[in-house]
Amino acid sequence: MKRYIAHRLLQGVLLLCLVASIVFFVGRLTGNPADLMLPEDVSAEDRAALIQVLGLDGPLHEQFFIFVRNALHGDLGMSIRMRQPAVEAFFSRLPNTLAIIPWAILLAMAVGIPLGVVAALHRGGWIDRMAGAIAVLGVAIPSFWLGILLIFVFSVQLGWLPSGRMGGPSHYVLPVITLGTFLIAGFMRLVRSSMLEVMDSEYIKLARIKGLRESVVIWKHGLRNALIPVLTLWGVFVGNLITGAIVTETIFAWPGIGRLTYEAVIFRDFPLLQAVIILKSILILSINLLVDILYAYVDPRIRLA
Amino acid sequence: MNTQTVLEVRNLHTHFFLRRGIVKAVDGVSFTLARGEVLGLVGESGCGKSVTALSIMRLLPRGGARTIQGQIWLDGTDILTHTPRQMRDVRGRKISMALQDPQTSLNPVFTIGAQLREALMRRLRAAQAAITQAAIAALRAVDIAAPEQRMGQYPHQMSGGMKQRVVGAIAISGHPDVLIADEPTTALDVTIQLQYLKLLKRLQQDTNMAILFITHDFGVVARMCDRVAVMYAGRIVECGKVTDVFAHPSHPYTKALIASVTKLKGSSGRLPTIEGQPPSLMDIPIGCRFAPRCPHAEQRCRDIYPPSFPINDTHTADCWQLAPS
Repeated sequence: MKRYIAHRLLQGVLLLCLVASIVFFVGRLTGNPADLMLPEDVSAEDRAALIQVLGLDGPLHEQFFIFVRNALHGDLGMSIRMRQPAVEAFFSRLPNTLAIIPWAILLAMAVGIPLGVVAALHRGGWIDRMAGAIAVLGVAIPSFWLGILLIFVFSVQLGWLPSGRMGGPSHYVLPVITLGTFLIAGFMRLVRSSMLEVMDSEYIKLARIKGLRESVVIWKHGLRNALIPVLTLWGVFVGNLITGAIVTETIFAWPGIGRLTYEAVIFRDFPLLQAVIILKSILILSINLLVDILYAYVDPRIRLA
Repeated sequence: MNTQTVLEVRNLHTHFFLRRGIVKAVDGVSFTLARGEVLGLVGESGCGKSVTALSIMRLLPRGGARTIQGQIWLDGTDILTHTPRQMRDVRGRKISMALQDPQTSLNPVFTIGAQLREALMRRLRAAQAAITQAAIAALRAVDIAAPEQRMGQYPHQMSGGMKQRVVGAIAISGHPDVLIADEPTTALDVTIQLQYLKLLKRLQQDTNMAILFITHDFGVVARMCDRVAVMYAGRIVECGKVTDVFAHPSHPYTKALIASVTKLKGSSGRLPTIEGQPPSLMDIPIGCRFAPRCPHAEQRCRDIYPPSFPINDTHTADCWQLAPS
């Protein structure tokens, strides 16, 4: 297990280097932030001066070396727009995103897992087809559309829920639904297919031979096994949510890291963009590693292998 | 031996209704099982042995399998009329089953102890500690060494033979009157097979339960069973005491089967084989199912299925050759 974790950590570091390089070069393809910060009739000298202040003068590879050297010292630069260290900006917004992600996963699991089990038990029947339809809808509806629709219905028309910004519990409802809907289908389809496989197994037959109640057979003997592959994809799902939060947070004016990413792109805030992407990558990699370790505890065959 | 009947299957028909047709896996099976008796159900793969077993347990696979006719009398009640709830009470306590493949029969995510305790909990309304003690005793009864340590282990930590004994322990934990053993030794090493059979025989004698022993191995039948029923294409074609059937096989299929079993002594020539293939269970001949492969087949064999003709009090065979002329 220790060797495995060390191996995974090394892999993670390599991946981070790759991500950092990509975001550095691709970001610079979008143009120069100075153009957004200065009026159109600015003189060439003033523009050059600003570019120098921002550290965007000099050849690209020199900029990259400076970026790498600073990054290795833990310094990911100052945000151009916010005039504060980019890392600080990220961590001040992170709690706001982490405040909705667990709810979104919980919602997706609470709907998706039972839906998947029920669909598997009624394979081919109308319940299965209904569940399938709900799942397809969940994937097919783009979150920007769903978010706007929810705001229109529940905030504008009915006036029941706030349309955006952080606040009390009522502020969470719409963003969580928007974010979670996308994952319902993932959980549902995964649970359905693994449940179908599990329910045909011999140990389910033996559980029935013992005379156990059907609910025990399904929800204990069946689901516990069916959830193993679900857990593997948990890491992927959390990754999806962190990425998906960009759209949702932008729609609901939610001050999390998703919206921060959006702002960094829009304002060509390169240091902030680099910091946000690198830190998000670290976050996703750690969650994946954590899930794999957790996985070993659920499946005894892995634990002792 | 007590001759009281504990299980009687009458004219059982279980068919698979599939899109491409009806598969008549079990098509008119009848037999009785006396308390404390071991009945062998022999036949080649796909003749309906396992489907017969699953029909009795009422655990047919989903997807079109239905028992459409027949009666299954267990202790004086027809369990085919039971509600699912009543059936649950019967399973494990009155009738139980040991499955074929030990590698897949135990739930991989629960310990042996948890799976055994769960089965025992239904029978004993006792304190946790007492159930744990009963589980340890059950493991010891199936010759598992150091049962206390084994309780906390997972299936993947055990060998195939050990797992099969655990499956056996779970199957008989409710003290059933009838145990269906569906080829319990097929997946085991030859050396372990004998050990398992001896264990099963000992448990059977200790508890006086009846066993329906499903196998395709005549050697196992000779070792384990009091009586044997030979199944071919969804029907039992011959049934009788093991000694009678071995000494005087009366159905041409049984004769051919016994002739094709390897003998260590005697000639070293080619083994006799049965020409042809069993019929498709979707397209069963109207007459005797064995007629297309039978060297003695006459016109009436092809036209009408023969009734069971008695050879002696306990031995019958379905063959027109036995008809009194």
